[in-house]
Amino acid sequence: MSTGTVQYEPVIGLEIHVQLSTRTKMFCGCELSFSDPPNIHTCPTCLGLPGALPVVNEQAIHFGIMIGLALGCDIAERSLFHRKNYFYPDSPKAYQISQYDVPLCLGGHLGDVRIHRVHLEEDAAKLNHLGASGRIHGSDRSWVDFNRCGTPLVEIVSEPDIRSAEQAREWLILLRTTLRQLGVSDVDMSQGSLRCDANVSIRPAGTTELGTKTELKNMNSFAFVAKGIEAEIERQKRLLAAGEAVVQETLHFDPITGSLTPLRSKEEAHDYRYFPEPDLVPVLATEGMLAAARADLPAELPAERAARFERELGLHADTARLFAFRAELGDYFERALAAAGANGGAGLEPAELSNWIAPLTERIGSDADPARSKVTPEGLAALATMVKAREVSRDAAREVLTLMVSEGGDPRAIVEREGLGAISAEDDGLGEIVDRAIAADPDAAEKVRAGNMKAIGPLVGYVMRETKGRADGGEITRLIRERLG
Amino acid sequence: MSELIDLTAAQAAERIRAGEIAAAELFDAYRERAARDELNAFTWVADAAPEANGQSGTPLGGVPVAVKDLFCTEGVPSQSGSKILKGYRPPYTATVVAKLAEAGAPLLGKTNQDEFAMGSSNENSAFGPVLNPWDRRRVPGGSSGGSAAAVAAGLAPWAIGTDTGGSIRQPAALCGIVGLKPTYGACSRYGMIAFASSLDQAGPFTRDVHDAALLVRHMVGRDPRDSTSLEYPGEIELPRAEDLKGLRLGVPEDLTGSEGGIEPGVRESFEATIKLAEGLGASIEPCRLPHAPQALSAYYLIAPAEASANLARFDGVRYGLRVAGDSDLVTMYSRTRQAGFGAEVKRRIMLGTYALSSGYYDAYYGTAQKVRTKIAEDFRAAFEQFDFIVTPTSPCTAFELGAKMDNPLAMYLNDFLAVPMSLAGIPAISIPSGLSQGLPVGFQLAGPAFSESRLLDAAHALEGAIGFDGRQARR
Amino acid sequence: MLDRDQVLHVARLARLELTDDEVDRMATELSKVLDHIEAIRELDLDGVSPTSHVIDIVNVLRADQPTPSLPRETILAAAPEPLNDGFGVPSPGAA
Ligand SMILES: [Mg+2]
Ligand SMILES: [Zn+2]
Repeated sequence: MSTGTVQYEPVIGLEIHVQLSTRTKMFCGCELSFSDPPNIHTCPTCLGLPGALPVVNEQAIHFGIMIGLALGCDIAERSLFHRKNYFYPDSPKAYQISQYDVPLCLGGHLGDVRIHRVHLEEDAAKLNHLGASGRIHGSDRSWVDFNRCGTPLVEIVSEPDIRSAEQAREWLILLRTTLRQLGVSDVDMSQGSLRCDANVSIRPAGTTELGTKTELKNMNSFAFVAKGIEAEIERQKRLLAAGEAVVQETLHFDPITGSLTPLRSKEEAHDYRYFPEPDLVPVLATEGMLAAARADLPAELPAERAARFERELGLHADTARLFAFRAELGDYFERALAAAGANGGAGLEPAELSNWIAPLTERIGSDADPARSKVTPEGLAALATMVKAREVSRDAAREVLTLMVSEGGDPRAIVEREGLGAISAEDDGLGEIVDRAIAADPDAAEKVRAGNMKAIGPLVGYVMRETKGRADGGEITRLIRERLG
Repeated sequence: MSELIDLTAAQAAERIRAGEIAAAELFDAYRERAARDELNAFTWVADAAPEANGQSGTPLGGVPVAVKDLFCTEGVPSQSGSKILKGYRPPYTATVVAKLAEAGAPLLGKTNQDEFAMGSSNENSAFGPVLNPWDRRRVPGGSSGGSAAAVAAGLAPWAIGTDTGGSIRQPAALCGIVGLKPTYGACSRYGMIAFASSLDQAGPFTRDVHDAALLVRHMVGRDPRDSTSLEYPGEIELPRAEDLKGLRLGVPEDLTGSEGGIEPGVRESFEATIKLAEGLGASIEPCRLPHAPQALSAYYLIAPAEASANLARFDGVRYGLRVAGDSDLVTMYSRTRQAGFGAEVKRRIMLGTYALSSGYYDAYYGTAQKVRTKIAEDFRAAFEQFDFIVTPTSPCTAFELGAKMDNPLAMYLNDFLAVPMSLAGIPAISIPSGLSQGLPVGFQLAGPAFSESRLLDAAHALEGAIGFDGRQARR
Repeated sequence: MLDRDQVLHVARLARLELTDDEVDRMATELSKVLDHIEAIRELDLDGVSPTSHVIDIVNVLRADQPTPSLPRETILAAAPEPLNDGFGVPSPGAA
């Protein structure tokens, strides 16, 4: 067949490991640590010493249930821990205690992506490699630091509902915001407290059968998640186009070169020999535990917030999602909205105010938190209100915003100081400038007079230039048409 | 001196309390005997008596206890009979050992055992076999053979061991002493180097039933570090019964029939004991445990499966033996484990790994877990009609060293009468019921979960009627 | 029932480098044991639920309270290869 014309649809599922921010490890009383000297947070249990036994951390279960509730999962009445057997230096018992056939949470969804399951397990130790690069390849000696070993993890597995790399990135951000708001994790990808693997396959658009999937590992930033998935989609397309087959394998994404290389498997044939962990007893989610988890949920989760922004405040759907998924933007926006309401707001619509967030983030860096900038929500609200009241033109307001970002302060004072107030009436001299514009371009004036409204552009442009953008475009148009009408 | 050694632990504790003997004097007497051990029962003996700070005021009075090698004891070799842990001194102490020390039973020494508690003869120890004090050409039973031999030979006043599928009861029987496997969950497993987690249980070896009750009452109790340990309901009582009036004893034909391979001498002793029980007022009737004959098969899937995971941590990374450290990782693992484990341990790791491996789980491990359910149900049904189930403890008396080493299956059959109780998690006690051709025979009583007090009471009455004399082994 | 290849496969899963002799012996011995054990597969166990714990308790949980950890010197004292304040191993990535 001619593959050149086949349209492929990516099918993506994510597997996310999140370190819970409990005080102690999943199965022992050692404190969690992040940048401490190696091997100072260990005990017989997390070192896998002979004879030591695990005991489940109650707070980890609590956090697990909170996550399950926030994602709309069914909380298993009775869940079990299993042993997942494999030999590797980062696994001191040579098995990981993990939930297998009866996880804590099943089903649910976040936004428009369904959740398959959420389960609890323990993190592995950190393997360090000797040698200049500090990387596994080319090193002949490694050493193990068990500080991280046994840190509580939740593994969140989505259904393969994601259709693009960008959607994956956006969904991951929503998940991070949700978890951060729950207060159950630091969810910092650069620190490894949130780790994402992706299962990627492609299939001819319009078909429903799943193609062979590959698993991508080591995508340690949101940008790399998108890049890695994109690269893998392209790789699979190339394979199919060349008449080759996708092989089910685990791939390591190198963010620097953008390459995908097969990972050597940890255990031959992945025969993990799961069986119920005999050192632990089942976890029963009691009414009391469910109620306690419910009580600790925030009043509004990001997905709900997005819906409210769109429905009640009339924000554009994309803006609503952006503000909800990046809670710092939503928080800033809501504070500005409250400030606008407090000073009357000149009938400022929330959607109009929302349009000022993007220009602000453009100026402070797209990932920065506006609350940390010199622009206060009150200041931004005041600026938007001035524009709405035509006290300052949109263009001039952009200039004011630039000044607010660099020096802070009240927009009114800046407008005053810089003489940027709107020139909106004849007596401000605007009429005079309009007259000059008509005189300077008689051709255009003639066309407008003849009814060709497209020709008004150069005339308006002239006035804009002359007023350095302080005049309102609508007002200029009105004055020109008045004269040429 | 010899007089001291002839005291039971309870009698010795009594004398210490009364100020007639010093705790340190008793400790030294046993320490010297243990240090001269010719049975290879000990792998380590304490240097000196611990500071006797107020031990005479403790419930166990300072009477020292010998502890199976696999109980972790801080700073003291704890090797579980294995080359892979040779010289390993853990940084912490098992809960049961700590509890006994607190109750006034200091550590006398560590006793030899089958490697990782896998065996029924104590020949699977990296530290050599233990000899039976009744006949040194014979095995003491296993896996807690060192503890059993030490108590029988008077090298220790009492000892503790572990029972996964008979590892307390069978060596107690073969050495002519008392051995109790408590209800699963009664004693903490924290610090016991695991063999099969869902079956392992610590228990006492003593010269008489009264001592067993005294020791085990200080071993039980919930431990926050063992999720599978339970609060013991009430306190284990010291036994006083002199008769068995009103007790109904069931003899499970499914176990005592021809399948069990019970030796004639053992059967004779068992039947004589049954007669004595009747004489003490018990009613004896046959009972059914229809799935019990399958217990051995279920056991030899479940225990090796759990063991295959429990023993995976011995990988040459954090402690213990390492071989081929300069080769690649997989080679280092595989050679370390090849060199560190003995033949029986490897056999069971292989069996367990196979039983859990992809495609076989349901057929083997899953099926065994269902059989386990049926066995527990059988016992529950039987205990509706009977107070206790009684059987010989072991189908045979102590056999000669090497006799069964080439035939794993024959060795496994030693546990035929012991594993059903292990799978059901119920308590069972072995008491000496007499001699067969000069070798001790054990009589087993099993009761419902947490029936230890009643079980000990019945065993006490029977013990009085039997009048077994174990002095011969304490020469 | 267990052939040499199966023995080798299981031995690799279990990280045991068996000698040639052991592989043969293991095949014979394990086959014999499995032959005996196999009898349980004949039982009618339909609808029987498996027992992995004989004790019927749930929710044994620990408060999220730190307890002291072990000193590093103590844990490294037992290490076959102390390295950089950690436990040295052949690198899994070595050629
Ligand atoms: Mg996982
Ligand atoms: Zn720990």
